[in-house]
Amino acid sequence: MDLYEYQGKELLRSYGLETLPGIVAGTPEEASRAAETLGGTVAVKAQVLIGGRGKAGGIAVVHNAREAEEAAGRILGMDIRGHTVRRVYVEGGAEIEKEYYLSITVDRAAKKPLILFSTEGGVDIEEVAETKPEAIVRTHVDPLLGLLPYQVREIVFAAGLSGDAAKGVGRTLNHLYEAFEGLDASLVEINPLVLTKDGRVLTLDAKVTVDNSSLYRHEDIAELHDVEAADPQEQRAQEVGLQYVKLDGNVGILGNGAGLVMSTLDVVAQAGGEPANFCDVGGGADAEKISTALDIVTSNEQVESVLFNIFGGITRGDEVARGLLSAIERSGIELPIVVRLDGTNAEEGRRILAENTPENVHTEETMLDAARRAVELARGTRDSNGGR
Amino acid sequence: MAILVDDNTRLLVQGITGREGAFHTGRMLESGTNVVAGVTPGKGGQDHDGVPVFNTVQEAAAETGANASVIFVPPPFAADAIFESLDSGMGTICCITEGIPVHDMMRVADFIGTKEATLIGPNCPGVLSPGKANVSIMPRDIFAPGRVGVVSRSGTLTYQIVNELTQRGIGQSTAVGIGGDPIIGTTFIEILGKFEEDPETECVVMIGEIGGNAEQLAAEFVQKEMQTPVVAYIAGFTAPEGKTMGHAGAIVSGGESTAEAKSEALRGAGIRAATNPSEVAELVSETLGG
Repeated sequence: MDLYEYQGKELLRSYGLETLPGIVAGTPEEASRAAETLGGTVAVKAQVLIGGRGKAGGIAVVHNAREAEEAAGRILGMDIRGHTVRRVYVEGGAEIEKEYYLSITVDRAAKKPLILFSTEGGVDIEEVAETKPEAIVRTHVDPLLGLLPYQVREIVFAAGLSGDAAKGVGRTLNHLYEAFEGLDASLVEINPLVLTKDGRVLTLDAKVTVDNSSLYRHEDIAELHDVEAADPQEQRAQEVGLQYVKLDGNVGILGNGAGLVMSTLDVVAQAGGEPANFCDVGGGADAEKISTALDIVTSNEQVESVLFNIFGGITRGDEVARGLLSAIERSGIELPIVVRLDGTNAEEGRRILAENTPENVHTEETMLDAARRAVELARGTRDSNGGR
Repeated sequence: MAILVDDNTRLLVQGITGREGAFHTGRMLESGTNVVAGVTPGKGGQDHDGVPVFNTVQEAAAETGANASVIFVPPPFAADAIFESLDSGMGTICCITEGIPVHDMMRVADFIGTKEATLIGPNCPGVLSPGKANVSIMPRDIFAPGRVGVVSRSGTLTYQIVNELTQRGIGQSTAVGIGGDPIIGTTFIEILGKFEEDPETECVVMIGEIGGNAEQLAAEFVQKEMQTPVVAYIAGFTAPEGKTMGHAGAIVSGGESTAEAKSEALRGAGIRAATNPSEVAELVSETLGG
């Protein structure tokens, strides 16, 4: 779960990280009042769960309340890479001496937390990694021991820091590691971390991602989930415990098992079609769950045909076929549906489907044939709708 | 021969009285697996399908000589269950549980380094050596004993491919579901190494997906260390960036984590990579035939 900058900062502050004072605003008037309260030069920053807001014009540095109101008026409602800005964070200013980069991530291959620190802050770290890899200090932390004092010294000295910078960055590192662990984060990134002219080390931007699997023990964080920002179909799927991701195409896709569904999307693309979504209905043949999934998939108006790819494992093909028929009946969908059933008792399952299916349901034996059929049917639907 | 589980496996089920644990214990017993003990704290002294239930793994191991465990314990308690198995000397541990916090798994992975044990999973379907032992939730009817090793990050995709192999008369030595989480006990390389050492495995099928760089590391390993031919398949070419595709670990987060980058690395290492699941069985058939 990704957090907004203002949420991440609030959490990081509770672990001792220093930030500038800031106020969240949902309207230009609120932004104006926030600027007045903070006083002096302030930054008006778009709150979106995606990077690149600076380049998209989502950050403005302004000098008074009127300018803050204007800037917020421009930024609120802006679309940044598909994300609508619904809040801005109005933040006090600081005189910056130097910008750094600091992050802690989960290194999957090493199975350990990885700290990255660079004196090249405020820019894209992947760019630094390519053009100036020597400017990045990388340190793995043993999760059972935690971050040790000597490791902090190593990072600080390797980066060539001294004086206030060394002390401040060292302190920040310790606090950030505590936060990473305490929040069950999979990413904490501060870019930039700044040294001010008066020698303070401040968190100027913060990206915090909390591991979804840990939310059961972080109810306060789970509550921060922004329902409005989520895609409505994704939100509904989440509420009923379905794995659903919306995409841009017109072939709705359902199946059992994440890998099989991902593969189905790929095969549809190979057949010249465009997947409209990813939807894993899980094991079993629970008619209610399948009909809810069908409902979610087809509530996306772009969907012009549906491909249902099922592998009968422990739940046998004949049971799957009956569950599916009942689900299709229940949902009352008229769009063409292609069903591809394989696995245990698949033949029996296909026979049941063939004997009982409504006109809009087509069965295929292989994934490739099913994908081709679904793609053709999607085109057919579009043509008959006058090229919708 | 087989890897990880075979006729010598004496299996212990953690969470044997839960819904999933009870159901799959029955299926593992039906497959002829030697299930010697179950553990559910507080239910010691009972028995389940004729399998004695103990309060702790320590006690179960001492009484029954169990040497492997399979875990069906809910996510908040699963890491603890793995620690318990590790501390009680289990040699192979399969954790089926999905949804264990990543930080818990980093601590587990750290601790395993101090033990002589292999952890498969979490968030995996388990391990099945056809005709020998079934330590899994996989549908055993689609398997047949044979000479192809299968290692995969995905459950149903494995079933799909195994089913097609079996239908072509190609059996399997062992199928290993390594799990779909970001942090897993055993990655491709370790399983590929075990298949390489298994004299009866003549070809290995490796099924990968988006997220991380385990497939690239595997490609390098295959090129440098393996004589046994490998056929690969990667899922997730159409996955958008930053979205979790069902498995917690299946997420494109730049560069190496994409299906393109993985396929490229595999092909670069001379590994035959199929473009769809059905092609895997064809390539295996060609590999074994030629």
